[in-house]
This record gives sequence, C-alpha cells and structure tokens, in this order.
Amino acid sequence: MTTDPETTQAARTATTNAHVLEIDSLKMYFPITRGLLRRKVGEIKAVDGVTFSMRRGETLGLVGESGCGKTTVGRCICRLYKPTAGTIRFKGTDISTMQEKEFRPLRREIAVIFQDPYGSLDPRQTAGSIVGEPLKVHRLVQSRDNYNERVKGLFAKVGLDASLLGRFPHEFSGGQRQRIGIARALAGDPSLIICDEPVSALDVSIQAQIINLLVDLREGLSGLSYIFIAHDLSVVKHISDRIAVMYLGRILEITTPVELYANPIHPYTRALLSAVCVPDPDIEEGRERIVLEGEVPSPVNPPSGCTFHPRCPEATEACRTAIPSLKSVGNDHEVACLGVK
Amino acid sequence: MSAATPAASAWEITCDAGPATELLRVTDLETQFFIEEGVVRAVNGISYTINEQEIVGIVGESGCGKSVSQLSVMQLIRKPGRVVGGEVWFQGSNLLKYRANGSEMRSIRGAKISMIFQEPMTSLNPVLTIGHQLTETLKLHLGMNHKESRSRAAELLESVGIPSAATRLDDYPHQFSGGMRQRVMIAMGVSCQPRMVIADEPTTALDCTTQAQLLELMLSSIDSCKGALVLVTHNLGVVARYAQRIYIMYAGKIVEQGTCRDIFYRPRHPYTVGLLKSVPRLDEERGRRLVPIPGTPPNLIDLADRCAFFPRCAERTERCRVQAWPELIPVDGDGHLTRCYMRAEGANS
Repeated sequence: MTTDPETTQAARTATTNAHVLEIDSLKMYFPITRGLLRRKVGEIKAVDGVTFSMRRGETLGLVGESGCGKTTVGRCICRLYKPTAGTIRFKGTDISTMQEKEFRPLRREIAVIFQDPYGSLDPRQTAGSIVGEPLKVHRLVQSRDNYNERVKGLFAKVGLDASLLGRFPHEFSGGQRQRIGIARALAGDPSLIICDEPVSALDVSIQAQIINLLVDLREGLSGLSYIFIAHDLSVVKHISDRIAVMYLGRILEITTPVELYANPIHPYTRALLSAVCVPDPDIEEGRERIVLEGEVPSPVNPPSGCTFHPRCPEATEACRTAIPSLKSVGNDHEVACLGVK
Repeated sequence: MSAATPAASAWEITCDAGPATELLRVTDLETQFFIEEGVVRAVNGISYTINEQEIVGIVGESGCGKSVSQLSVMQLIRKPGRVVGGEVWFQGSNLLKYRANGSEMRSIRGAKISMIFQEPMTSLNPVLTIGHQLTETLKLHLGMNHKESRSRAAELLESVGIPSAATRLDDYPHQFSGGMRQRVMIAMGVSCQPRMVIADEPTTALDCTTQAQLLELMLSSIDSCKGALVLVTHNLGVVARYAQRIYIMYAGKIVEQGTCRDIFYRPRHPYTVGLLKSVPRLDEERGRRLVPIPGTPPNLIDLADRCAFFPRCAERTERCRVQAWPELIPVDGDGHLTRCYMRAEGANS
C-alpha cells in the first residue's frame, strides 16, 4: 500500500465524525478477599477514572507498564468485567449497565485479539471451526455452503491457505495462530477490535507480518477501529492515530504519535520514551536517557495525589495531594500534570 | 560495587588487562539435540571471540541457537542435547575438555564466567532465601565464612539498589517483584567479580522503564569489576545502544559479524537487512510500511547444505540454490564478515 498515511487517516475518520466509543470516568476495582467468609479487606484500583473517546475508524494506542490498567480497560469495553463506576458508550448506547440479553446483538461488533496465540485458541477445535464459530453463534450464515464460503473468505483475508481449515492449533506456528485469532475476530464483522498485546509474543520478523496485516485490514474495511494495547511504544506509535499513556489506572497523556514523540510533556511519558532503544547507534549515542527511580507502586495502595509523584523528578509539594486531570495544551494534546499551566 | 570495607580488598581480584586482549575464543562449536524426530542442529559450527572488557551482542530470533550456544560454553546443556564438537578457549584452557560436573568447570561457573538468565523466577530457587543463594557462591568460590559472606551479600544487594538489603537477605524469591528479582540475579552474577558475564535476554520479561534501569545497572556493575559482557537478545535497539561488536545468528550459524556501526549502517547479509527493516522505530516518520521477512525460520532437523535463509531471502539467486552455504567472507575491511555470496561480492567489487 503506497497511499499517503495522512490522507488515508483523514479519509478513514472523515467517513463519519460520530464517536464509536466514549468512555467516561471508568473505574474498575477488584476486591481483595480474605478468610473463609471471603471478607473484603481491600481493593485493587486497576482502573481509576479513565476518560477518552474514539472516532469511527480511529486507532487508539494504550501504552503503559504492567499493572497500569491498559488490559483492564480493554476487558471492560468487551464486557469481560463489569466496571465499578463510569460509563462506556458504544455507538451512543451505554453498554456498561446493559443486561446480557440486550447486549447480545452488539457483542459481535466488539471483537478481541489476545496476546497469547497459544492459550487463546481451543486446542481441540479445528482452525476452521474456531474461525467459523462466531458466524454460527450470531446466526450470520444461512446455509452450510454459505458458512464454508465465509470461513474460506476469512482465511484468505488474513493470509491463510484454505487447505489449513481442518488443522488443529498446535499444527500452526505462532504467527499463523495469531492470524487465526484475527480471522475469528473479523468473523462477526466488528466495528471495534480490541487488540491486547497482539504481537508481543511473536518474533521480530513475524511481528511485522501481523502489524502489516492489521494495517491492511483497517485500510480495507472503512470504519474499523482498533484499540491497540501494548507495552512496546515503537509498535504502538507505528500503528496508532492517537496514543494514551497510562500509569496506575489513569491516563497521564493522550495525543497523536507525532506530537507525543516530538513534544512529550508528562515526565513519565518522557521517561518512557527515553527508555525505548532505537536500533541506530548514532541516534542512541545522542539520546538523553531518563532513568526513573524505584518501581511502579502497588495499585492496592496507590500514592495520594498524582500517582506518579514518588518517582517524578519534577514533583512538588502540591503533587502529593492534588489529583491532576487531563488538560488540553492544544494540538490535539492532553496532559494530566500539575506542572502544566 | 563498592570496595569500601577493608575486608573487601582481600578477595578483590586485580585486573590489569588491556581492552583488546582476547578473553574467550570459541571455535566450530556444535551442539545437537537427539530427539525422536531426528537430530536438531541447534548450534551448527560457530566461532567467535570475546575480548577483555568488551560488550558483545549476539542477536537472533527464537530458535537460532543464540541461547544454546551460550549454555554450551558453560557446559549447561542437558540431555537429549550434547556438545558434539568445537573448542572453547578461556584463560589458556579448553573448557570443553573438562567434565561438565567436574571441579574445574565448577570453579569457572559463577566465579570466572557467570550467567544472568531471562526468567528470574525460574532461575532462582524458590525454597531457598535470597541470602542463602547469594552467599553460596561467595563461600564456594571465595572461601568466605558465614559472617563475611552475609555482609558481602548485603553489600551486593545494596549496590544493585535493593532497599534495606540486610533484612531482605532472609526473604524468599517470591517476596520480590520481577524487577527486584532480576536485580538479585545481577548481584549474583557479579558477586565473584567474573571476567565475563553472559546475559541471556536479561530484561525481556520486564517493563520498559525497569528494563532501562536494569541495563544501566548491569553495565555499571560489570564495568566496576572490569568484566566482559555477552548480551544475548533479539532486541536490536538494546544492542545498538550498548554493544561494541555484534554477531547475528540464524539457523545455528553466525551469518554476519562486525562492529555495531557495521551491522546497523552497512549490513551485508540479507537477514540482517531484513531484521532492520522489519522493526518499527520510535524515531521514524509515521506510515512507513514495515517490510516483514516472509515465511518462518527453518526446521533445524533437516537442514540442506545450502544457505538456510534461502527460502526467505529477497535477494536469492540461482547460485544460492545450487551452491553450498559459504563460510564467513570478509567484507569492507576490519572484522566485518558475512555468510552471503551475493552481498559480499556486491560490497567487495
């Protein structure tokens, strides 16, 4: 594909300006229980007030270190978890409080691709039936011929040969398995795919194949949105239209990839960017390296105020008490930091 | 690591070697795994050298033999695997001549050459305290008594940034976070001031910012004991930042070797070129299309005589199909070698 990325992005988002997803102050607390009666003794604040919205056709990258809540946000959106508070509006309707029965017709519109291509496919099902299952469940096919044709179509779409339909997951390589996972996600003709670390378990040369496949699918199906969850900033920057940087259950900064790289504002974002090595010795030599002190605190007992303040090189007294909210600094760029005026 | 206590100097090994002296020479190392399906040629005749105080990167994808080659050097290959050929020269002796469990090999492992593994949870013993595991090497190799070794272990933990180190000696591995466990591994790795540390994907399981912390820590720890570092990784960014020389491995062989700048600015093997083009870079313009390497790595059981990268190579010719895989050919001068006819001739003509 040789089209200019800027124009394709504009084309993708211009089809309609409607938001496919609006999330408002989403909170997900997991109880910690103890003893025979499973008394609740505390809470893990996995997601603690996350707000963002996504336009149709947009790819939003969620980055952060383990325990920052990026996966939990994804799982709340596809209703694997029932959020503690906040709303998730998918195409205008709040799906967080919906009954399962009401939600069912919408379920096929939100698909998930998981990280582990070994664990996320049923080892006793053939590749064909894994991919075809959503078609049956959602009654998207009328006849056996129609079903076979659709499954073959899905296989072709993700670059798998139709002769592999009858094979079992263990007969495929990691990259091929991830393709099966993608084909399954596409079966319901979704408008939003949550990609949870889809390439982290793959080798470098295979990673590029899968990233390109995801990009091609997005170009081919207008209006398909991705939430791309990953810890690898280079990969997220490559594929996303906007990136949200998360830390301990909150979004600290959200902006376009170009702006994020050229003008990172939050001290955590700056540290995160500087921690990524660029495969170029000359550039690496000239890059500033910000090494953070300590480790990510436990979400059971997160620090008061700005959760990043104990590790922040620029923290002031005010950061200990006040919780910063996302503020726009122009250029489609929002930051949650008290240091930003 | 500080040598602040007067007792410390007693076991401090003095090193006066210049930076260019050879420390380790591996020649034609071959390791095979004998399984039901056949013989897996995991390491298929590799030769390399590590100089004193040098940082060398060994890069490749999973299954290319990079880890197995390092385990072979340490004689840590278990059945059904076996080192079937080659020599490993270290400080005047061929390590492969020693018995794997013999006293000579044991006096080298952990003391002169140490290893830092990827998985700190599986490479630390879960039923022994951190203190026990740290002092074990100190007692064994440096002949310290209990008290000395405890205080030295606490010092080591402190030097890798573990707070209240003396009390944490009695904790078990599960009481540490992933990053902390890897710090313990680093402390163990440098505890006897080894001449060489082999770090096998030392930070792959960790988060970005922790990765950065630990790489810097590892470098400064090894630097302070004047050791060499072999960095085994698939992360091109990490080697670009730290390595002085790089070996690229594919299908059990070294396909290209050279200085860091040779590899990144003048790659002379299609596989190296492929790797460089297939990774997204943080600093690039958005929208560049990644160029993946098509296909998958070869099965190491039935390797043809020809170039193992042939089926995936973008620059292959008829000659590559019919001729045997060449040995490493020197290209553009000093120490830069490639195992590719086409690229070597293109560069040398």
